[in-house]
Amino acid sequence: MAAISDAVWSEEGTTPDAIEAALRRLLNEKHSENGGYVPARVLNMVVFVESDYSGEIANRLRRVGRYHASRTVVLSYEAHRERLNARVTVASEGEPGPEEVAPLRETAIVEIGERHLDDLQTIADPLVVSDLPTLLWSPHRHPEAADALLDLAQATLIDSVEEPVWATAIERAGTLSRRTYVVDLAWLRSTPWRERIAATFDTARMRAELERIDTLEIRHHPDSTVAGMLLAGWLASRLGWELGHTVIAGRTGHDGTLSGRARSAAGADIELRLQEEPELQVPGLAGVRLSSSSGVQLSLDRGRGGLRAHHRDRDGQVRTGRLLGASRGEGGILGEGIRQALLRDPTYRPALDAAREMLPELDETTDAGSAEAIA
Amino acid sequence: MASAAVSTEPVNPLVAGLERSPVAPTALVIFGATGDLARRKLLPALYNLAHDGALPERFHLVGISRKEKENEDYREECERSIRAFSRRTPDEDVLRGLLEHVKYVPGVFDDPGVYAELGQTLDEFDEQAGERLNRAFYLSTAPSFFPTIVGQLGGSGLSRRADTEVRVIIEKPFGASLAQARELNARVLSVFDESQVFRIDHYLGKETVQNMLAFRFANGMFEPLWNRNYIDSVQITAAEDLGIGSRAGYYDQAGALRDLIQNHMLQLLCHVAMEPPGSFTAEEVRNEKVKVLHAIAAPTAQDIPELAVRAQYAAGHSGGEDVPGYLEEDGVPPDSITETYAALRLEVDNWRWAGVPFYLRAGKRLARKVTEIAVTLKPVPHLAFSQDGSLGVQPNQLILTVQPNEGVTLQLGAKIPGTRMSIRPVNMQFLYGTSFLSQSPEAYERLIMDAMRGDPTLFTRNDEVEAQWRICDPIVTTWSQTPGPLPEYEAGSQGPAEADGILREGQSWRAI
Repeated sequence: MAAISDAVWSEEGTTPDAIEAALRRLLNEKHSENGGYVPARVLNMVVFVESDYSGEIANRLRRVGRYHASRTVVLSYEAHRERLNARVTVASEGEPGPEEVAPLRETAIVEIGERHLDDLQTIADPLVVSDLPTLLWSPHRHPEAADALLDLAQATLIDSVEEPVWATAIERAGTLSRRTYVVDLAWLRSTPWRERIAATFDTARMRAELERIDTLEIRHHPDSTVAGMLLAGWLASRLGWELGHTVIAGRTGHDGTLSGRARSAAGADIELRLQEEPELQVPGLAGVRLSSSSGVQLSLDRGRGGLRAHHRDRDGQVRTGRLLGASRGEGGILGEGIRQALLRDPTYRPALDAAREMLPELDETTDAGSAEAIA
Repeated sequence: MASAAVSTEPVNPLVAGLERSPVAPTALVIFGATGDLARRKLLPALYNLAHDGALPERFHLVGISRKEKENEDYREECERSIRAFSRRTPDEDVLRGLLEHVKYVPGVFDDPGVYAELGQTLDEFDEQAGERLNRAFYLSTAPSFFPTIVGQLGGSGLSRRADTEVRVIIEKPFGASLAQARELNARVLSVFDESQVFRIDHYLGKETVQNMLAFRFANGMFEPLWNRNYIDSVQITAAEDLGIGSRAGYYDQAGALRDLIQNHMLQLLCHVAMEPPGSFTAEEVRNEKVKVLHAIAAPTAQDIPELAVRAQYAAGHSGGEDVPGYLEEDGVPPDSITETYAALRLEVDNWRWAGVPFYLRAGKRLARKVTEIAVTLKPVPHLAFSQDGSLGVQPNQLILTVQPNEGVTLQLGAKIPGTRMSIRPVNMQFLYGTSFLSQSPEAYERLIMDAMRGDPTLFTRNDEVEAQWRICDPIVTTWSQTPGPLPEYEAGSQGPAEADGILREGQSWRAI
């Protein structure tokens, strides 16, 4: 197979019925043209975007490669738009040869205005394929639009690091988690870190050290505090730590440090520290250091071609190494987010709940979600 | 048979929710490191595991082969193989990082000095790592070297070590007869415990083969029909449109029965016929498969002409080109009696399957490439419709396609639109490629990881191999004693007409 093969339909002043009919017709036309064209039936994705940024979102979705939804419905919002306009594309990676099949991916871009916001579900619902899971993504936040569409979705894609206020991000993720399954890209960025920490403590000898952890330090991109909180929350929830509120160093947080304490299941004190890493160019984590009361230490640091590991044993012996792994890039992370909509990770919600417990304690009169209170 | 060990170690609480469970630090040694399998499959698989971050933090690879070369030369060879055969464009940093940990030990496999040098190299890895690494020996050589290598590993003390796991991965074919398989098993098990042995049948690493278990045991709708009361016959086909290419040396020694039926196709049969295991642990799954193999009577020499057919392809056409017959292929002896096509009729003598024929056929230079399992249901007991003017009502068929378009097709009878009640078969089709986002890993990626983790579920156990050979051995023996020439079929055709002779009355081969 080679080259992209598209079929396109568009209409101004259209209706969801007409858009759905166009999707069906284009699918039938492609299948009649070549029996190897078959509709993919994996996942619906409903995306709510501001029309000014719809090109950027389209580019991000193109970069996910193979992990695209089988039907994508983009609700492109421009406040003053009065009528529904739509453009439908049914495409495959190329023309199937003999004995080959080419799954088709369907995209409907529907331009909507403010007057449609109250009826978003009645626009999107007829356009998703029945009996397939639906993933909702509202990359420019618009919580009111996302909330209006939540009943349609089995999973919601968020990127907590894109919220300007990380405490709000954690609260928002918690609220969404109570209504739907949440796939958080901030969480997925930490997967290699979690895998490596789990692997390090997988031997019987090292597993005993889990109970002796006395320090956890996490360095993160300045905008990715929430990623650090989620990693700390993951360790806390998996290891049964009792958590207290963190404190923003200097109260205003100008030195970019959060610190706090936890108590291990055995009753020992654990020091927590989250530090911004201004040098880091990409969202996510820059480094993790875990120390135990018996002198064992594990450090992981981001590097080219994988994480750099630094171990210190009880006897002070030091070992270093590289944990090979190619960067997934932001396109890969988004693709992974789409794939995760079909899976269920039982550890995210407990990690999120633990992260919420660590949120700094604020003055009763202060709005916990406001930027002024946190930054 | 190995007993399942019960771990007393506390569970790692950090593993929950992770898609990949951890692998202990490992040194992997490939015997036959410059061979085709290593170049085309094993090295690209290792690179892709590294790309995905799936290899352990401390991972070393040692290649062993007869050819004299330096570490750096072997690294360059590895790099070329990965660039040529990896399913993904390599990430330069990851590739460099992987190659940094590659070493080469030259030598012949029966030289104790090679194993002394290997042992020293492995000890150095331990020293560098500051801990004892697990060791996995991958036997990717010609089968004739397996006993030698296993014996040398035992003799040099490399087969067991306190505090770490030592495993041996053995490629197929596991023996060329029942006697050889038994002898090899005895040899291997005199050096290693069964729990250390991972016999590869790479079909078991294919997603679609594993999906058969999900299809059968995760869907309640098929189970009530999955027995002799509703199923008329089962046909398992592994057809290739290609000839033997440059593999005459191997293929003429093996033939279709040994190459495909004795291992892969009997495994597919087991997946179709096995009872639901109590749990999906390695031992439970393999116990159920062995029960199926034990329920198949080995054919007697007298029965073989009625139960088994062999043939060779003659000159014909493939893909619009003229192609030579098997005996005209380069490297094939002109009087060869090696079959390029084999078909069997087997029965699984138990309550579920008694009387249901299982047809297995495998061949080269057939009409097209397809591997599938077709389950034909019994016809409806009474038909109220006239069949005039239509293709008529056909028994339902459920087709599980392993390759090339992995999926499940259910053939149903449906009314032809119009004023008459005419029926024709229609297909209800499910294609894996249209229903999942994930790219399936190569079978070898999965199998290498499982072997390094010590999970034997997708590997063949000693009694399983012997049970497979017990079924095929009488046929191999009888055919080897029966002079040629063999029946022929035209290249690019459906196979030999003689294959119809093993079918029960009223049954026919599915078109390839």
